[in-house]
Amino acid sequence: MNASLDLQSASQRIPGNFGASHGQEPVLTAHDISITYEVEPPVHAVKNVSLTLHRGEILGLAGESGCGKSTLAYGLNQLLKPPALLRSGDVTFHDQGGTDIDVVGLEGDALRAFRWDKISMVFQGAMNSLNPVITVRAQLFDVFTTHRPGMSKKEKEERSQELLRQVGVDPSRLDSYAHQLSGGMRQRVMIAMALALNPQVMIMDEPTTALDVVVQRGILRELMRLRETFGFAVIFITHDLPLLLEISDRIAVMLRGEIVELNSAANIYARPQHEYTQRLLGSFPSLTGDRGAFIRTGEAI
Amino acid sequence: MKYYVRRISFYLITVWAAITLNFVLPRLTPGDPGEIMLAKLARSGVEITDQLVRSVNLLLGGATEGSLWDQYVNYLGKIFTGDLGVSITTYPEPVVDLIAKALPWTIGLVGLATVISFILGVGLGAWTGWKRGTWADNLVPGTTLIQSIPYFWLALLLLYIFSVKLKWLPIFGAYDVFTFAGPEMSWEFVSSVIYYGFLPALTIVLSSVGGWLLGMRNMMVTTLSEDYITTAEAKGLRPRRIFTAYAARNAGLPSIAGFAISLAFVVSGSIVMEQVFSYPGIGMLLIRAVQGKDYALMQGIFLVITLTVLAANFLMDIFYGFIDPRARQNG
Amino acid sequence: MADEDIRESLIAVQATGAGTADAVAIDETIVRPVPDRGSKLVRAVRFTRRSPKFALGLSFVVAIVLFAIFGPMLTQNPRFSGNDALLPPSSEHWLGTTGLGYDMLAQLAHGARGSLIIGVIVAAIAVTLSVLFGVVGGYLGGWTDEVLSLITNIMLVIPGLPLIIVISGYMDGRTLWFVAFVLGITAWAGSAVVLRLQARSLRTRDYVAAARVSGEKTSRIVFVEIMPNLLPLFAAQFLFAMIFAILGEAGLSYLGLGATGSITWGTILNDAQVGMALTRDAWWWFVPPGVMIALLGGGLSLINFSIDEIINPKLRAAPAAVKSVRKARKTVRKGDHTGAASTTVKVDA
Repeated sequence: MNASLDLQSASQRIPGNFGASHGQEPVLTAHDISITYEVEPPVHAVKNVSLTLHRGEILGLAGESGCGKSTLAYGLNQLLKPPALLRSGDVTFHDQGGTDIDVVGLEGDALRAFRWDKISMVFQGAMNSLNPVITVRAQLFDVFTTHRPGMSKKEKEERSQELLRQVGVDPSRLDSYAHQLSGGMRQRVMIAMALALNPQVMIMDEPTTALDVVVQRGILRELMRLRETFGFAVIFITHDLPLLLEISDRIAVMLRGEIVELNSAANIYARPQHEYTQRLLGSFPSLTGDRGAFIRTGEAI
Repeated sequence: MKYYVRRISFYLITVWAAITLNFVLPRLTPGDPGEIMLAKLARSGVEITDQLVRSVNLLLGGATEGSLWDQYVNYLGKIFTGDLGVSITTYPEPVVDLIAKALPWTIGLVGLATVISFILGVGLGAWTGWKRGTWADNLVPGTTLIQSIPYFWLALLLLYIFSVKLKWLPIFGAYDVFTFAGPEMSWEFVSSVIYYGFLPALTIVLSSVGGWLLGMRNMMVTTLSEDYITTAEAKGLRPRRIFTAYAARNAGLPSIAGFAISLAFVVSGSIVMEQVFSYPGIGMLLIRAVQGKDYALMQGIFLVITLTVLAANFLMDIFYGFIDPRARQNG
Repeated sequence: MADEDIRESLIAVQATGAGTADAVAIDETIVRPVPDRGSKLVRAVRFTRRSPKFALGLSFVVAIVLFAIFGPMLTQNPRFSGNDALLPPSSEHWLGTTGLGYDMLAQLAHGARGSLIIGVIVAAIAVTLSVLFGVVGGYLGGWTDEVLSLITNIMLVIPGLPLIIVISGYMDGRTLWFVAFVLGITAWAGSAVVLRLQARSLRTRDYVAAARVSGEKTSRIVFVEIMPNLLPLFAAQFLFAMIFAILGEAGLSYLGLGATGSITWGTILNDAQVGMALTRDAWWWFVPPGVMIALLGGGLSLINFSIDEIINPKLRAAPAAVKSVRKARKTVRKGDHTGAASTTVKVDA
């Protein structure tokens, strides 16, 4: 099958498959989020942002570096590191069972139990997200030991192998250390780890930025397929608007800590409202063909 | 494997360099060390045999037999058979025997104190790094100050306070020489050794713990901003697990890789410190050799100290290879 | 090769003693093509004001340097033995007298001069050697580098003081220069490891590559393009070598192996040991020299530590960030009815 078609069809088929829930039922709502960097003078990195993520959708978060998109994403999961501080706002996670979780109010064990189980993350630096001194297996096992204390060693092993197979990595790589894996493989391992507990939301922060185009495309295709299978929602953060146009259901454009435009990918592409969005689109001259026909999708390959 | 081969060959070269240094130094000095030593022996009424002259000349140069190269080859042969010559200050005791008597004291004292100080320093350093931004930061300038106190002066101070003024602890030696004729295997002797060794050990721990602490703390602060720490937090791991397997495990690598430098400091400091406590270890023996112009003994001690330090470093290298997979696999 | 670097950079971290941070992390911050000096100076001044550690260290060092310069002019001849022996501190002899009737304050002032001179000479020798072995080897690479770094590593593991003692043992009359030279040749290896790593990473920088392509001479590249960028490191290492030298000299002199006829803090301690100051309860004889050494060493270390914090901003920024957030959180907690923010930023439990 043609590679680009595969990628495209995956992203377009989702709305059909999850039609009942997608577009209506929210899985994560953030209301009035403000985050500052407590330095002299304080920097307001995120200003009164409200956002709703629907079950099973891919929400793209676009903007140039420093616009606060990563800060916002970290804030959603209480992962801000000093000097960043969530000044105000509510984050509510709407669990599958119907209970609502006040994420900002979570603390200690409850917070730890929430993390990764409900929302997992894939980080920017594929290179440095893995602990260099313990094996991939140990890092996967860490997740199970913490969140699924009942699992036997054999179950952990089987599940770990299954996860690596799902992301297209040979299970023998469980014994490897980060330095023995290529950049693409490390990021696949990170995705496998993010899938470990079947989370309902996955936040991906520039997950493919450091990788070359071919590897990047392969991983994205894999991601589309996995999402189709497991139905988790994705917040996909990148400065690469064309990429988002291709894979996202909706796109939020951030500028200086605020969301200036939030609309379906098709609308953003066809009828960008904000001047900044227009500028962003205009800065990619290759953007002339139909959706999905960019060079990066690898039609030529 | 390559890692270990590389390290072992490095140590072999270093041993060779130390031996060669020993060979070259007395031959470079303006005076004639061999001559001085023989003259000293003669003055103390020892009969100077040809064999003795040859042995001294082989170690220290002097009235030469054969080319420098021949001397060098013979010298290496002598060293490798474990013959380090005889001491003139306690003639005719072989240098090897003197060192064998002193070395256990130093290794016991300095070794034990170093292990305690390393564990304490790295542990506290990891903890203060983890607690960065709290009152624990105040430990940093304090330890910096303690670190710059010379070992022997701290020893003098402790000795003055605890032994001279308060009379809680003994003033000199490694055990009660009035009760015990020599080392023996008894509980009384062991407790005497601990009693006498407490202050010297305390000196080493106090002086060296700051270095470990500071190095580890700084690495910990740096490591805590690594991506894999954020990943571990996002994974919801317990702080204890993040602290041990993710933060401290990585932050501790430089402390172990750089063990050599710090150990050299500890050994140097301990040599002078032994003099303060009149501790019958290798440091005091070295000073005695220097003061008595017992060059053969001096050479032998330098060689043994170097070998001991290298051995300690080698152990740390093995340990390092064990905890850093990158070193283990590629070298 | 790359993996050897990991280990070496880690060794470098330890080698600088006071804890020069992540040799790899240093790159980005200090290694910049020719910085604008004006702003740097302004920043340095601002830094002095904001960092109490730096200010404290600097004031220790300045006070001792002033004491070493002016002290000997204001005190009596340090070898004048006409005073009574072992007088405790009094208005006449502020720090008492030694067993030979020397005025302790005079001894201390001259000792400060002697120790500082040795420290500066040794630091100069050590930095020169570390540049030779580190920067040159690191920049040239190839066999030169292999040989130079092997020598460096050997010097790194051979214990320094025993070697110094042995060398001094062979020499009868030891001049100040001889002692400084011996200390110098054992003090450079740690710095050389750090400099070598830096030089190697600089080598691959664009502006150095550009200079090479445009046909500049190697010596010019090393001295004009590379050296200026290593200045903060040189400063740190000069200070570190000074600490090493002053501690080393004190130990050596204490053992009676120092420069013949000189007065340093170490020789005073040696006199005190020989004169049984401890058992004769003459604390004023052996306490002041050690306090001086500790203050000077501590002052230099504090400065060094502050330089570390400039070189590796994380060291200062991370704790400061935790503090500022804790403070901010308190105000948020007070003003915010949701109470949510109080748990947002966790200070590691």
